[in-house]
Amino acid sequence: MNKTINLAQGNGGEENAELISKIFYQHFKNDILEKCEDAAIIDGGRLAFTTDSFTVSPLFFDGGDIGKLSICGTCNDLAMMGAKPAYMTCAVIVEEGFEIADLETIVVSMKKELEINGAIIVCGDTKVVPRGSVDKIFINTTGIGVVQKEGISSSSVSQADTIVISNQIGRHGATIFANREGMKFSSALQSDCTSLWPLVEKLLAEDIAITAMRDATRGGVAAVLNEWAKQSNVCIEVNEESLPVSDEVRGICEILGFEAYNLANEGTFVLAVKSDDAKKVVDILQSFEEAHHAAIIGQVTHQYDGRVILLSAWGSKRFMDLPTGELLPRIC
Amino acid sequence: MSCLELKDLYDGFRDPKVIKSFQKLIALEATKLLKPINIMEVCGGHTHTIMKYGLTQLLPNNINFIHGPGCPVCIMPKERIDHAYTLAMQDDVILLTLGDMIKVPGSHGSLQDARSRGADVRYLYSPMDALKVAEENPDKKIIFFAIGFETTTPMTAALMDSVIKRNIKNIFFHINHVTVPEAMELLVEGRDDTHCIDAFIGPAHVSVISGAKIYEIFPKKYHIPVVVSGFEPVDVMESIYMIVKQFNEGRSDLEVQYKRLVSYEGNLKAQGLIHHYFEKVDLFKWRGIGRIPNSALRLRDEFAALNAEVIYKNILSYEEINNHKLCICGDILRGLAKPHDCTVFGTACKPTSPLGSCMISSEGACAAYYKYGNLL
Repeated sequence: MNKTINLAQGNGGEENAELISKIFYQHFKNDILEKCEDAAIIDGGRLAFTTDSFTVSPLFFDGGDIGKLSICGTCNDLAMMGAKPAYMTCAVIVEEGFEIADLETIVVSMKKELEINGAIIVCGDTKVVPRGSVDKIFINTTGIGVVQKEGISSSSVSQADTIVISNQIGRHGATIFANREGMKFSSALQSDCTSLWPLVEKLLAEDIAITAMRDATRGGVAAVLNEWAKQSNVCIEVNEESLPVSDEVRGICEILGFEAYNLANEGTFVLAVKSDDAKKVVDILQSFEEAHHAAIIGQVTHQYDGRVILLSAWGSKRFMDLPTGELLPRIC
Repeated sequence: MSCLELKDLYDGFRDPKVIKSFQKLIALEATKLLKPINIMEVCGGHTHTIMKYGLTQLLPNNINFIHGPGCPVCIMPKERIDHAYTLAMQDDVILLTLGDMIKVPGSHGSLQDARSRGADVRYLYSPMDALKVAEENPDKKIIFFAIGFETTTPMTAALMDSVIKRNIKNIFFHINHVTVPEAMELLVEGRDDTHCIDAFIGPAHVSVISGAKIYEIFPKKYHIPVVVSGFEPVDVMESIYMIVKQFNEGRSDLEVQYKRLVSYEGNLKAQGLIHHYFEKVDLFKWRGIGRIPNSALRLRDEFAALNAEVIYKNILSYEEINNHKLCICGDILRGLAKPHDCTVFGTACKPTSPLGSCMISSEGACAAYYKYGNLL
């Protein structure tokens, strides 16, 4: 590892994982932490507990803002463990000179998202720091959820499972990139930022045999699938043609040399479900507007344990690797 | 009139049916080959296409690929990367470059490291964006660290043109542009029976600028077929088919597969602009390959006032730096070895901790093998 922190170490990929394991896990290690799940399962399996900090530029982007993101992000991590979001904290670090009106817009947007999740903020903290000490506003939220279905884990994926994606991939990452760089490709491009609990609640109510769920945030779908393949020691085979990617996201990827499966999502999740239930899962998800493009994307084998394989429509195959380094546009 | 959408530019060129048809045509044609053929794809972009779309998996055993030296990041010697680092670390400098350059480590670290140590390093989508940076930072010196083959050179020249015409005083240039045909000729001259290059796939974007004419010498002088090819899987498959046909018909011709934009003469306006600002020289040693006569472009003396190498000559070192002893990027760039032949590939040398340049750039052969696995 380098002597100083660099941006690649926050990419949700390999360098990020290395930093976490060599510094944080090294000193904090305990059985719960080392499960590496989206949320920790505590209190004898009754509660799910998680935290997330949010910094995004621009603060207001197509399809959401940092407020909406800060609730969706934490609640989605709870939902991914089969837990209903309940109690949350909100800590804000805000820069001197920040517009009060903007702050209020952000908080109102948090409130709206809390209602969708049925959660409430029960304590919080506010710090104001001198200009230049933070980039406008950083928000941390912590959430507690009540586990509705036990045993969901990224270490249990097996050949009996089928892999499903809830919607088109890479929209948040592509939107932020385009908004940040002032690129105007298409007005139809929007972040997928959304709360996933209503979708998960429906799946649980239908008694779907869910093995694992994870929202594909930083590092994208590739990061989730690679983690599952490693943690469960299986090979996940993805049919490239079945990965839902919007024309707008594909366009940005073509121009800049990115892969949609490496781009962040904030309201799209991957599921491993028992194969018999896969079709039903897709049908249930598709009944929600925010999961209209849900699809079966792959299967689990032992062809290359610990790796993810992409199968092309013309019979060739390649690894779907973890993203490495900063997301940088290619030269030509 | 209907509007052309972005996807129209690539959708058809990834059509599974068309790819499979070419696979059959190539297989049929390849049964007639008298001996196996080695095709060098010169450009890293093609290496990337071949590995990403798994095209080697679709080819018969008597068609081999040799990966060429056409990755502008891969061939950049450490001395030049150190220049970028040194310039970036100057207090009043904003260093601008193209994406992939940010990650390449020199002797003191990469530009990414320079940035974490306080340097202002930014990447651009288009060199013309430098004008905006210069306007927003009138008290800073904006240095554009220019890299790339013929494809990116016209944009550097266009930026230079704007800087001069608008009389902008705070944009300077560190030029590292190189040219393709000279390197190809060196490789052809250096070949022997065990490392034979039987045909070239030429990069289409280079020829959009410089025309197909730059490859004329290979069929004429060396009897080596060249097909100028696009970068989509259908383009590359069609180009392979065209090459195999040439062998079976006993021809060695210069052919253009990428007829969508490539002409024999190329873009004369861009060529004129390049000629106005640059002259061909032997500017630096290509990493792993060494000196190649007339293979680089140098800013003409009359524009010395814009040349960061002249302005900062007192702090830039030209001492040659050796590459890592175990790294065989040199052999890989010359087509003499493949990534798997390297003892440190995938172990000591990975994209997160690269020892050699071929592992750094997304277009490097090692990075492509590591990323996509070269599965068979």
